[in-house]
Amino acid sequence: MDAVDSTGVLVLGELEDGALASTSKETLAAGRSLAGGLGQPLSLCIAGADTDAPAREAVAHGADRVYTVTNLLLAEYHPELHLEALAGVCHQTKPAIALMARTTAGRDLAPRLAARLGAGLAQDCLDMSIDPESGRMVARRPVYGGNAMAAVVCAGTPQMASIRPKAYEPLEPDPSRQGDVVPLEVALDPSMKRVRLVERIEEESEGVQLETAGIVVAGGRGLGSAAPFKELEETARLLGAGIGASRAAVDAGWVPASWQIGLTGKTISPNLYITVAISGASQHMAGCSGAKVIVAINKDAEANILKEARYGVVGDWQKVWPAFTETLRELLG
Amino acid sequence: MPLNILVLAKQVIDPEMPLSAFKVERENRRVSVPSTLPPVVNGFDENAVEAALRIKDGQEATVTVLSMGQGFALEVMKKPLSMGADTLVLLQDDAFLNTVDSFAIALALTTAIRKLGAFDLIIAGRQASDWDNAQVPLAVAEALGLPSVTTGKKVEVGDGLVTVERQTPEGAEVVEAPLPALVTVSNELGQPRYPTLRGIMAATRKQPVIWSAQDLGLDASDLRPRVETVDLYVPVTDAECELIQGEDEAESGRLLALKLREAKLI
Ligand SMILES: Cc1cc2nc3c(=O)[nH]c(=O)nc-3n(C[C@H](O)[C@H](O)[C@H](O)COP(=O)(O)OP(=O)(O)OC[C@H]3O[C@@H](n4cnc5c(N)ncnc54)[C@H](O)[C@@H]3O)c2cc1C
Repeated sequence: MDAVDSTGVLVLGELEDGALASTSKETLAAGRSLAGGLGQPLSLCIAGADTDAPAREAVAHGADRVYTVTNLLLAEYHPELHLEALAGVCHQTKPAIALMARTTAGRDLAPRLAARLGAGLAQDCLDMSIDPESGRMVARRPVYGGNAMAAVVCAGTPQMASIRPKAYEPLEPDPSRQGDVVPLEVALDPSMKRVRLVERIEEESEGVQLETAGIVVAGGRGLGSAAPFKELEETARLLGAGIGASRAAVDAGWVPASWQIGLTGKTISPNLYITVAISGASQHMAGCSGAKVIVAINKDAEANILKEARYGVVGDWQKVWPAFTETLRELLG
Repeated sequence: MPLNILVLAKQVIDPEMPLSAFKVERENRRVSVPSTLPPVVNGFDENAVEAALRIKDGQEATVTVLSMGQGFALEVMKKPLSMGADTLVLLQDDAFLNTVDSFAIALALTTAIRKLGAFDLIIAGRQASDWDNAQVPLAVAEALGLPSVTTGKKVEVGDGLVTVERQTPEGAEVVEAPLPALVTVSNELGQPRYPTLRGIMAATRKQPVIWSAQDLGLDASDLRPRVETVDLYVPVTDAECELIQGEDEAESGRLLALKLREAKLI
């Protein structure tokens, strides 16, 4: 795209049950600071069947302008139709910077959109700022599973970034904020759908949702088998906590894949994260960097998790955990 | 006609290496490990090879593995051949040195795929364990105008369609797309098979097809990065761990619970 007349920061928004997704609100917060650095406006675009309510939410959360593509074909998320809609919005609005959250949809959409626009895309960013000299966006992101951090700059326009969920806090919503809502037309037709959803297999999730849990308990390879997870679940119930696992425990087939926390699993940001027999590999820590307090129970005093934890017990979980749980039961009645 | 499957695979630094071996050369903005630590085929790409071979187990198919890079360790990159893949194509050139830019890599791969001719299905790992971008396969799909499905854990082909069961945060979903298509796979697909002795022997005899930038009609200006690394460093962690220690491990557990209560965390 042409750099000359490109201006402003555009957030590519997502809907969740008809409302603006929390990750899009986080992305607006990131966009607000970049727009401030550039002295340019912040916009958000949403593509859906009903865009009025989320448009108002976007303004309250910091958008100066909302572009809407309203079309019944967009009622359900479809990768190809939504890609087409977002590409259309970018062509018409020519942003200098385009941001998206690295959600399930964002992981699919952002790279194809960048390829389609001929743009550079900084993936999985934790922090972005404007370099005052060049006026370009500098994005910081973990690489090598989190063992290194890179600062990257995109050539070309728009400069694109996908942001790791929970890296930014949404702004406090202000319902009195004013913003324009600008409807846009993007030609869509059902023949653009080549990928077809055949079936959705939801796992029965009885417990607390990991992504929003205030406390999370997770186990790793050191638990040795599937059975100990029952004990962890029992304690989690006591605490009202969500339950998760390391990839090693998932790969061993002890727990479902949806329990995985980490770079290629879920991102959590609880107040308290209790890990049991997890070594704390950087790829695991990538999923819990937003946890306020990490607790580690590990028999190896040299385990990396103890370098990142606030409280640690060096010992065998088989001896530590029952006493821990018993005491919790007494404390919590 | 046998099904023609292409697999995209990358050579990476072994992510399981001891951290002490991992050096960030900040001045060169790159990472290095001692030459005694051999590289590996990216783990998710081994899952991609496995996905292709499972299809080949059930129907007539050829599996061609395609990799772009510089300084390949042949014995490492031949692993997919020893697992059962038919052909290995290496895009190797000094011009590809330090090419970490996804779109430059995608351009080279796309050019090679066009040069190879017709295909039915491209399978790739969901992301590479070095830069974790998850970008190259989708950029290839976009350039070739293919439908794409990501993070597959089961991939089946029949009646001109690819059917993919994919992992999602909520559980799983089954999607299908018409061929030709591109699919990325994740570790949920399961363990890649071990090379058999016969496979290893067959792989020793096979020579990879090697194409240079010139063979692909690419020069340095085509490979100009769209994303530039301006800094690379080791992140600092500032956590100060308080070790809770009782008379024995059970008491440590009790004290931990009391500590969390005292800190008003529970
Ligand atoms: C590209 C890529 C992506 C990845 N994505 C993820 C991801 O999303 N999430 C993830 O978790 N991993 C991920 N990994 C894997 C990661 O690198 C580690 O291999 C994994 O996290 C290890 O899991 P673990 O800590 O359970 O097992 P291990 O590393 O084997 O650790 C087990 C721990 O248990 C302790 N232990 C053993 N017995 C006991 C006992 N009786 N009592 C107390 N402690 C005990 C040991 O001291 C050890 O510290 C990824 C890897 C790659 C390459």
